[in-house]
Amino acid sequence: MDETLKCERLKSRRAWRSTSGGWNIKRDWQLYVMLLIPVVYIVIFKYIPMYGVLIAFKDFNIFQGIFKSEWVGTEMFQQLWTMQDFRRAFRNTLMLNVLDLAVGFPVPVFLALCLNELKNLKFKKISQTLLYLPYFMSWVIIGGIVYQLFSTNTGMVNQIIKAAGGEVVPFLTNKWYWVITYLFSGIWRSAGWNTIIYMAAITGVDASLYEAAEVDGAGRIRKMISITLPSIKPTIVIMLIMQVGQMMTIGFERPYVMGNNLVMDFSDVLSTFVYRLGLQNGKFSLSTAAGFFQSVVGLILISSANLISEKMGQRGIW
Amino acid sequence: MKKMKTGFGKLDFLFTVIVGAAVLVTIIPFLNVIAMSLSSPEAITRGSVWLWPAGLNAEAYKAVFTDLSMIWALVYTIILTIFYTVLAMILTVLLAYPLTKNRLRGRKFFTFIFVFTMYFSGGVIPEYILFKNLKIINTMTVLVIPGLLSVYNMIILKSFLMGLPASIEESAYLDGASDFCILFKIILPLSKPILATLCLFYAVFRWNTFQDVLYFVTNSKLYTLQLKLNMLINITQSSELTQFEGANPTRIAAENIKSASIIFATVPIVLVYPWLQKYFVTGMTLGAVKE
Repeated sequence: MDETLKCERLKSRRAWRSTSGGWNIKRDWQLYVMLLIPVVYIVIFKYIPMYGVLIAFKDFNIFQGIFKSEWVGTEMFQQLWTMQDFRRAFRNTLMLNVLDLAVGFPVPVFLALCLNELKNLKFKKISQTLLYLPYFMSWVIIGGIVYQLFSTNTGMVNQIIKAAGGEVVPFLTNKWYWVITYLFSGIWRSAGWNTIIYMAAITGVDASLYEAAEVDGAGRIRKMISITLPSIKPTIVIMLIMQVGQMMTIGFERPYVMGNNLVMDFSDVLSTFVYRLGLQNGKFSLSTAAGFFQSVVGLILISSANLISEKMGQRGIW
Repeated sequence: MKKMKTGFGKLDFLFTVIVGAAVLVTIIPFLNVIAMSLSSPEAITRGSVWLWPAGLNAEAYKAVFTDLSMIWALVYTIILTIFYTVLAMILTVLLAYPLTKNRLRGRKFFTFIFVFTMYFSGGVIPEYILFKNLKIINTMTVLVIPGLLSVYNMIILKSFLMGLPASIEESAYLDGASDFCILFKIILPLSKPILATLCLFYAVFRWNTFQDVLYFVTNSKLYTLQLKLNMLINITQSSELTQFEGANPTRIAAENIKSASIIFATVPIVLVYPWLQKYFVTGMTLGAVKE
């Protein structure tokens, strides 16, 4: 090859690889053009609403708009704290999330350990396929199924309880029993799906560890407790930290479809509260304040969770 | 030791039973709904429908399939999902590709402004005000545009692209190919599996979500299948609640129609489930790499 051409190639290769140096619009303009659409998009649809959060500190009037509405400082937040409904929604959000964590978190770990022990690969595959299925169902469908299953008169669960000589249980209408129904819906939907992460972690365990343990005469249960569990502990811990970080975040759809007027005392959470107050009753400033409070506390929790997981040597989310 | 591996011992039995029980708990609710949808209302009221239909008939399905608003909701939701998925994919690719380039100045800043929106948002009301100003409340646009970009999906794509060998692009670059050319002619054809995964992520999200429809749409012609189903269930749900105080058998009659509607909305997902499962598991493990 011609020497000068070789030299040219080398130069441009270096230019291609160089990571430092100033802006290189001439070289990279196409990349910036690509970025332009997503950036404009995110500014309009995410950052303008963030500016809109200002109405939590204003007395928002739809005719005056965000900018011209009058400042009221922290009045909205003070008003919120005096509202019994807000405190109830706050309590319920924490309560349902803590219970979800306590009851729901161990299930996929346990299930993954059991799945891993299955020797009949066909049975294992079919089981996994069926266990993942509910994850793809919308909350509307899950809500519908749960209401049919647990209804007092016609539901199958109560029919079985009756057939066994028991008393009918008001799973949907008594707030204490409703919590059980709520927790069931979460486990039913995602426990199977969440085994994927743990199964992936189990696959990564060094096989020689098992061999060494076998030589030492360890049985299957022993190996499960002394090798598999400690090996996937980092994954479990990260998942745990991340879920703790989400304590203030609660989806809207699940409590909305699962809840009803008779169990409002437990089923009304921050997301449904904001919806009712803001979109149904038109209290824009007040409900924005509630949402803002939730976002800020949530951000603090998630950032701390992330910080902890980074300290533990895992790559964080940022 | 080898014997232990081939035999079917007590422990194998135990694990099979545990997993089998989990599988039963997973599918029995579905079977129950199917049975109910094929039963007569009287049998449902008697409480004699468990896993097998009583008073077998297809009346409920006839009712669902002759309900034009239900069929419309199905067709409309399919169209909506296709629109949404195509646009979302374009946006995701355009964002993920430049962000993989180490040579790009400002890459960290751009990544940050996107990732930040995963953890902090203005909330429903400021969004509502924005959409009102943009005059997209109560249109199909409000169900397509605002939710287009999932930063989580973008990160999955980005980590996949970063795993591609740099040498492929490098030689194309040296031959004078532009960035657009490299992206469309080289990178995207290599990323087909991950693109399929993300398409499914987006499609399932749009298909299942009804929250934004409830928030921003009041015109019942623009209701998606899920919201339509929710309205229908709510009517019968309130019958369950009134029934708690005093029996109201005429309302319970809708039970089998409700079941048939649930099945109606479930079938499309089950039909594509084989693909969903395959690609979702890939995406899930890729996403976990980042976590």
